[in-house]
Amino acid sequence: MTTAAELLAGIPELAGAEPVTRVTIPARLEYTYSPGSAQARFLTALPEKRLLAERCPQCTRVYVPPRGACPTCGIATPEQVELPHTGTVTTFCIVNIAAKGLDVEVPYCYAYVLLDGAHVGLHARIGETPYADVRIGQRVEAVWDDRRLGPSLASISHFRPTGEPDADPESYRRWM
Amino acid sequence: MSKQPVAVVGVGQTKHVAARQDVSIAGLVREAAVRALADAALDWADIDAVVIGKAPDFFEGVMMPELYLAEALGAVGKPMLRVHTAGSVGGSTALVAANLVAARVHGTVLTVAFEKQSESNAMWGLSLPIPFQQPLTAGAGGFFAPHVRAYMRRTGAPDTVGSLVAFKDRRNALKNPYAHLHEHDLTLERVQSSPMLWDPIRYSETCPSSDGACALVLTGERGAARAPRPPAWVHGGAMRSEPTIFAGKDYVSPQAGRDCAADVYRQAGVTDPRRQLDAVEMYVPFSWYEPMWLENLGFADQGEGWKLVEAGVTEMDGDLPVNPSGGVLSSNPIGASGMIRFAEAALQVRGLAGEHQIDGARRALGHAYGGGAQFFSMWLVGSDRPDR
Ligand SMILES: [Zn+2]
Repeated sequence: MTTAAELLAGIPELAGAEPVTRVTIPARLEYTYSPGSAQARFLTALPEKRLLAERCPQCTRVYVPPRGACPTCGIATPEQVELPHTGTVTTFCIVNIAAKGLDVEVPYCYAYVLLDGAHVGLHARIGETPYADVRIGQRVEAVWDDRRLGPSLASISHFRPTGEPDADPESYRRWM
Repeated sequence: MSKQPVAVVGVGQTKHVAARQDVSIAGLVREAAVRALADAALDWADIDAVVIGKAPDFFEGVMMPELYLAEALGAVGKPMLRVHTAGSVGGSTALVAANLVAARVHGTVLTVAFEKQSESNAMWGLSLPIPFQQPLTAGAGGFFAPHVRAYMRRTGAPDTVGSLVAFKDRRNALKNPYAHLHEHDLTLERVQSSPMLWDPIRYSETCPSSDGACALVLTGERGAARAPRPPAWVHGGAMRSEPTIFAGKDYVSPQAGRDCAADVYRQAGVTDPRRQLDAVEMYVPFSWYEPMWLENLGFADQGEGWKLVEAGVTEMDGDLPVNPSGGVLSSNPIGASGMIRFAEAALQVRGLAGEHQIDGARRALGHAYGGGAQFFSMWLVGSDRPDR
């Protein structure tokens, strides 16, 4: 294979020049997000510590965060449902390596929390408990971050165990 | 006019490595394409169209790289088409090319897929914060680890199964000169004591980050008759999609994957895949996905996939060898990884897989998945021309 240096050697004007084989060009991404009416309702309820979901009129599944339409039935989901702040851990992992740009200290426990009454899991961090004790079926509740209340899920700092007995696997088996 | 049978007459790969400093993206894809043409004993002029695929443009930060790759791939004056379906893209790219041949739109099609991860930051590209979710997903491993845990919980599989798959695939890779990882000193104990990255997924149970490209030359019956080496015939091919998130989505065994496999088997007249297939190249970026896909693809009953792994069935000398090439666990140029699965399946039934050849392989499956386990593409290739 011809190396960059060998290619340059054939051009007298470039004698002795360092071949350029790689330059790093930083990429940055900023975008304006338009949440639409369903997510706007969800986001603006968060500073009031309220969790707004939507129920599909056809399959009756409850989505949080709401998307304004049911991905299965393909129809609008106009009915609002307010959910409690408690739920069940349906699965989780412990993240030990940091992703560039993510503002979370490692290790952290990343879990799917099925809020009571919902049919899709919310992505959440589990805290205030040793990670070795976190388990599928564990009952948890939202801990709100009063300093970061705003139209973002950062309003919820994390979920912590409620101390209740674990949920019946039948209650979440289909939604994990 | 009826569909015509499609033959794979050329296969080309680069040696997959962590960083190809000596070539640009254009040089990388051209190297794979030149090798595929050489295998088929064809020239650029014999190609009627080019179909290219890669994973998200965000990875390398080159928007629409196909624009600047047209000349490197000999597509000037010819149709060129870009495909994207996340991690499954290498497979769906090959299927789009195969369909163009089957439909007699083009006689001979070159299809290429690539990723140059050394010029990219895939973990960053896959961890972008979105305003309606907590920013917690740490790359693909962070996304898939909870679903691996759900599989372990659902089936009661012992913790060691993931390490058995990883050790097997890394051993198989030693027989494949194109594989990225050649870990001669690896032991099972070392896999089992490697650090937990995304508990329950360990470092050695995780795919590497690779630069690489793969290319195939696809043609019809007349092209196959002229080919100097045995072709692989496409007996069935299908793609399926489903939403990333919906109530009732089974992340462990997605419906779209089951439906896609069933469609491919129906096309190929396969009723018992476990007995009728001689080799499988499946998309296993994290070792636990081997038992998960064994169930999803109908090789094992629900909850039984890990037992095949433990019994050695998927070893090179087992009765259903999985990833004799070393798989995604040994080479992962993301956009190319699906096409490499398809290519390795074709090499097996052509009898050209070299040291990792499964003796007498006549039917093999190539499989790829992508996104949040939501895009699936598969093909089943055989050494015999399909009779329909
Ligand atoms: Zn619905």
